[in-house]
Amino acid sequence: MSSIMTYREAVRLGLREAMEKDERVFLMGEDVGHYGGSYAVSMGFLEDFGPQRIIDTPLSESAFTGAGIGAALGGMRPIVELMTVNFSLLALDQIMNNAATLLHMSGGQFNVPLVIRMATGGGKQLAAQHSHSLEGWYAHIPGLKVLTPATIQDAHNMIGLALADPDPVLIFESAMLYNSKGVLDTQALPLPIGKARIQRAGKDLTILTYGSSLFKALEAAKTLIPEGIDAEVIDLRSLRPLDDETIMKSVAKTHRVLIVDEGWKSGSISAEIMARINEQAFFELDAPMARLCTAEIPLPYPKHLEDAALPHADKIVAMAKKLMEKS
Amino acid sequence: MDLTLANEFYRKMLLIRRFEEKCVELYSKEKIRGFLHLYIGEEAIAVGLMHALSPEDAVFATYREHGQALARGIDPKKIMAEMYGKVEGCSRGRGGSMHLFDAETRFYGGSAIVAGGLPLAVGMALSDKMMNRNRVTVCIFGDGAVAEGEFHESLNLAALWHLPVLFVCENNLYAMGTALKFTESETNISLKAASYRIHSQQVDGMDVEAVSKSVQQAVSEIRLGNGPMFFEYLTYRFRAHSMFDAELYRDKAEVEEWKKKDPLILLHQRWKDININKYETEIADIIDEAVTFAENGTLESIEDLEKFLYSDEVAQ
Repeated sequence: MSSIMTYREAVRLGLREAMEKDERVFLMGEDVGHYGGSYAVSMGFLEDFGPQRIIDTPLSESAFTGAGIGAALGGMRPIVELMTVNFSLLALDQIMNNAATLLHMSGGQFNVPLVIRMATGGGKQLAAQHSHSLEGWYAHIPGLKVLTPATIQDAHNMIGLALADPDPVLIFESAMLYNSKGVLDTQALPLPIGKARIQRAGKDLTILTYGSSLFKALEAAKTLIPEGIDAEVIDLRSLRPLDDETIMKSVAKTHRVLIVDEGWKSGSISAEIMARINEQAFFELDAPMARLCTAEIPLPYPKHLEDAALPHADKIVAMAKKLMEKS
Repeated sequence: MDLTLANEFYRKMLLIRRFEEKCVELYSKEKIRGFLHLYIGEEAIAVGLMHALSPEDAVFATYREHGQALARGIDPKKIMAEMYGKVEGCSRGRGGSMHLFDAETRFYGGSAIVAGGLPLAVGMALSDKMMNRNRVTVCIFGDGAVAEGEFHESLNLAALWHLPVLFVCENNLYAMGTALKFTESETNISLKAASYRIHSQQVDGMDVEAVSKSVQQAVSEIRLGNGPMFFEYLTYRFRAHSMFDAELYRDKAEVEEWKKKDPLILLHQRWKDININKYETEIADIIDEAVTFAENGTLESIEDLEKFLYSDEVAQ
């Protein structure tokens, strides 16, 4: 069955289904209960599931994230909501030093089935402490899985996928996408964690992207058609693990690569992807790889400056055209 | 308390003492590497504490946890093998001295991030409450943890949610080499816990009977739903912070003064009939056996280097 809904509604439905399916699932975070979620994702949940399972926490990111880890060790299936990626840094100790290490450090004795959700990305003029895209950073950490739902289908499915995973999974929801609309097929089998999806097939160049940049890339691909450029657009979906197979297959088909990554360029996931293509598919390339990232500054408040800093469809078009000129 | 229990306490404290002395020896022989934080002087806390717990209770400890691991009942052989980094170790050799883990005794490490274990203990207790399990989670940390935000955040959550946690602060007066008086505006740690409306108390941490009694009372209160509880055990480490510590920050006289309160001596003074010689022999054998076990243990194959990162690799 298919229905049209917003990204917010899709996440909400995913959460609701998970809560209904498994009594061990609970949601914990700042303003998830009485307020209804800072992005209104869990609106109505407190009434439906009660304060035992929808837990408003104090502004103690480190402690309640760590409590999520502890509860996961104790057999529960916690979902911790960290309001925004910048706030997740206050819980970085728990994520990195405990969630990601416990299984290995204990010689395989203690796994941590924890799901952490947070909003990511700029574009809402929220300035330099609420707008960043640090998911690529988290993808650096062995022991974690990093998901970046872009489509309505994934906004919904990734909740279930993450909860079914025995290890810590981080879900980065794009703040810019909560109001976007699309189709959810509730019968469709979810594409597993670690699989990228070809969102638009093409033969001339491969655009690799994730999160809200996916739609900018798709828009750019449309603009490129009359120019005679047929772009393949791939939604990475998961930044750790990365789907090398799908990436390399596409490179072997198009021989040209443009990566669109809302993170900062230096040490970014785009750099990692380039390195992997270099290692695994160098001789497939007909031109140097290109990438479009966010300007390397703390995001500024004024709209025109923020716009100038972030990736946009017109920039993608320009870079794609330039890439096609090279051989 | 009777002679039987006094004997048991003495034996366990002596096991920790001799085990760690052996570790120092093995460290100089380069059999054990990395950091090695000794518990010598603080044995009464681990022994008194673990005696009052049940097997279904959970323990979260710090990087100074050999004593707690031994007192909790993890096989000394497995602990020594862990020190050697061998597969037979309680963490398969992956953790070493600072990261002893044991699912069987519900021993959740071995954390080397100061105060990093407090939120985990809160979460474990939360899961017990949610699943209606009558278990206690014990969280052990030092006075250094009190300066961390996670200490305050965790105490607040535990009190706010009425969780079955027993917080055990081992106040040995120094966070590595800096005395508490140089880092805390209020050096009475139990007062800080009280400010979160947690029942808290200072207890003599050199007196194993006092420790055991305090924990027994606390645990039964917590099992009745009156958690969390907090104890600040006043104690002292007789040895350096780690093997790299020249101890320039404290007076020899101060150390000597505290050594007069040695928990082993204190207990023996009170219970003169404790059969020390018998235990010395018995424990020497246990330690020899542990060392032999560790020596004969196997090193993990390099091929398995990247194992245990994700659960599917554990199942293989």
